[in-house]
Amino acid sequence: MNELWIHPSLIFLVGAILLPLVPQAARKGWLLLVPILAFARIVTMNPGSFGVIHVANFELTFGRVDRLSQVFGYIMGLMAIVGTLYGLHVKRAAEHIAAWTYVAGSIGALYAGDFITLFLFWELMAVASTFLIWFRGRDRSIATGYRYLLVHMAGGVALLVGIMLTYKATHSLAFNALDVANPSAGTWLITIGFLLNAAVPPLHAWLPDAYGEATFNGSVFMCAFTTKTAVYALLRGVPGFQILIPLGVIMALYGVVYAVLENDSRRLLAYHVISQVGYMVAGVGLANLDTPFGRLAFNGVCAHAFAHILYKGLLFMGCGTVLHQTGESKFTELGGLYKKMPLTFVLTLIGGLSISAFPLFSGFVSKSMIVTAGFDSGKLWVGFFLMLASAGTFLHTGLKVPYFIFFGKNNCKPQTWEKAKDPVWNMIAAMSIAAFLCIFIGSYTPYLYGMLPRQDVVYHPYNFGHVMETLQILLFTALGFFLMLKKLTPEARISLDLDLIYRKGGQGFLWLAKKPIQAVDTFVGEIYNAGGLVPLMRTSRFVGIFDSAVIDGIVDGFASGFRNFGARLRGAQRGALQQNLTAAFGLGALLLLAYLFIF
Amino acid sequence: MSLVRFIDFLRDRLGLVIKVCIGLLALLIVADIARVLLSQGHEAAAAVGPDLASAPSEVEAVHGFWAHLYHIAETWPVFWSVFGFIACVLIVYVSKWYGHLKVGRTQIMAPEDFYHE
Repeated sequence: MNELWIHPSLIFLVGAILLPLVPQAARKGWLLLVPILAFARIVTMNPGSFGVIHVANFELTFGRVDRLSQVFGYIMGLMAIVGTLYGLHVKRAAEHIAAWTYVAGSIGALYAGDFITLFLFWELMAVASTFLIWFRGRDRSIATGYRYLLVHMAGGVALLVGIMLTYKATHSLAFNALDVANPSAGTWLITIGFLLNAAVPPLHAWLPDAYGEATFNGSVFMCAFTTKTAVYALLRGVPGFQILIPLGVIMALYGVVYAVLENDSRRLLAYHVISQVGYMVAGVGLANLDTPFGRLAFNGVCAHAFAHILYKGLLFMGCGTVLHQTGESKFTELGGLYKKMPLTFVLTLIGGLSISAFPLFSGFVSKSMIVTAGFDSGKLWVGFFLMLASAGTFLHTGLKVPYFIFFGKNNCKPQTWEKAKDPVWNMIAAMSIAAFLCIFIGSYTPYLYGMLPRQDVVYHPYNFGHVMETLQILLFTALGFFLMLKKLTPEARISLDLDLIYRKGGQGFLWLAKKPIQAVDTFVGEIYNAGGLVPLMRTSRFVGIFDSAVIDGIVDGFASGFRNFGARLRGAQRGALQQNLTAAFGLGALLLLAYLFIF
Repeated sequence: MSLVRFIDFLRDRLGLVIKVCIGLLALLIVADIARVLLSQGHEAAAAVGPDLASAPSEVEAVHGFWAHLYHIAETWPVFWSVFGFIACVLIVYVSKWYGHLKVGRTQIMAPEDFYHE
């Protein structure tokens, strides 16, 4: 390709770098201009392969533009505009820089035509989004951010090893559908890397931990990009992988159970991200393109990801607004706020109705594609369990969230009540755009359906039977909600999840980090340096190049970079965490070597 | 603000609002009974989902519990009303049971200072 091809991520990155140089008076204009330019770039891209460069015998493709990457690119570009508008009044440039770098990582991963490019942007996403947690500035934000980063680095290692094994087996780095009928170790590891970012249990606990703790607008970005990029990667890499069907169904229900117990509104929404992404993961499992239901599921996953980004963004904006205005996000500290924040209430409610798949709202036209594909596939239990999860979705996100924040018992402290009011214009505008799109998608199906990758699929959500089914489930769930209101009143407690293992293991983990792992790490390092393993590593030229270029350069670079950052951030106060970080990278290196041995 | 006034207007007449809602539920049930009665005779038009008889090769479970349940869902009126209500009750009770499971010295629903942060 000779012509100049501008990558949309580049627009975000350049925009982010230049942001601090833009004078304060013009900053808001710049903040709006950059994502709009990037979005315009996305919608004007022609299909094809662009930005192909050659590095050390590898062909890297930065711009694979086709219908699948375009539908995801479109919605992410759009969400970047909405998210930036929502946080327009945030003064600290670094927060916008982190958000845009994160978006750039996500969009870069979407258009990546090979695994190395995918991996690079994948890691960029993890690192940049960590800052969105740290910027909250609380003591626990620091710890949460580190946990988030560690978990994602571990996922990155799995992905990386999977990529290496796949390359060894196939001598190709092209990021296309892998052989899911006979999955190799490489395919499994790549899938695990994707599943971690999609927050599939048991690799999910990072999500509520992080999204409940990020800044009020950081969570708006995070809920849109990480999991949906993972859904895209799964759909591109392993469509029709059967194991994903039960995993997705478990996910859909798991999120519902925790949402019942949750007291923090944003953590509740985070658990419902897990539940909703469960539909998509199950859909990827169903997406065997040789079958009609598989093609429906393929489209359904895209449609649901599209709709989900908007309504979940809207919900996080609604709860983020409450947090931003009052400083509270727990149900036991809120209530009765409709009097003070009526607009926020209505907009949040629209998000709740959309996620619950009410007719005329976006979830109705997207979720039902996956559920229908489940029934059509003959795996009837998939359809029924996803219907069950739908009832749970309405119960919590459609009813519990609006009710216990804006109605219910008024638990507000006097100062909370005093501070509560509808927010600045840009936050209302961002929520209004998202709310409008939620209704528009649900009411005018050609807008979304025309963008879906498989145009050979015909699906009509609005038939009398389907509308009746949905209304019955939802309205009788509502009846149950009001009958059991007392039982559903949130308690001022936290719910333990699998992050318990790496959080409460505290002392044990520290000991582990200090003593044996470090000893083994040093030992392995010595052998490695002495040359014992090097000849083995060189059996494949790729591994050697990869090792020096990627592992040393990027991973170690991140490690030392973050050690330094961490040190600056909070002095030498919590050195233990940094040791954990080091230990985790040591562990990653060990894992890498172990797999090479096994192979 | 008029929005607040409107909500307060409804709240002042809560009894009436509840009656209207119950009326809507009743209407929904009547409509669904009508739908199923009208569609009997041409089964396939009843609801979304596969026509089990015509595509047995695609269908893993033509018999068994799920197929039976599916048949009921297709042919009985108000199935999804009952399903929605039971689903709601089930979700709440199962979740609460899970939340009170013991984990070491505490339970899944732990005190807020559990992690000592």
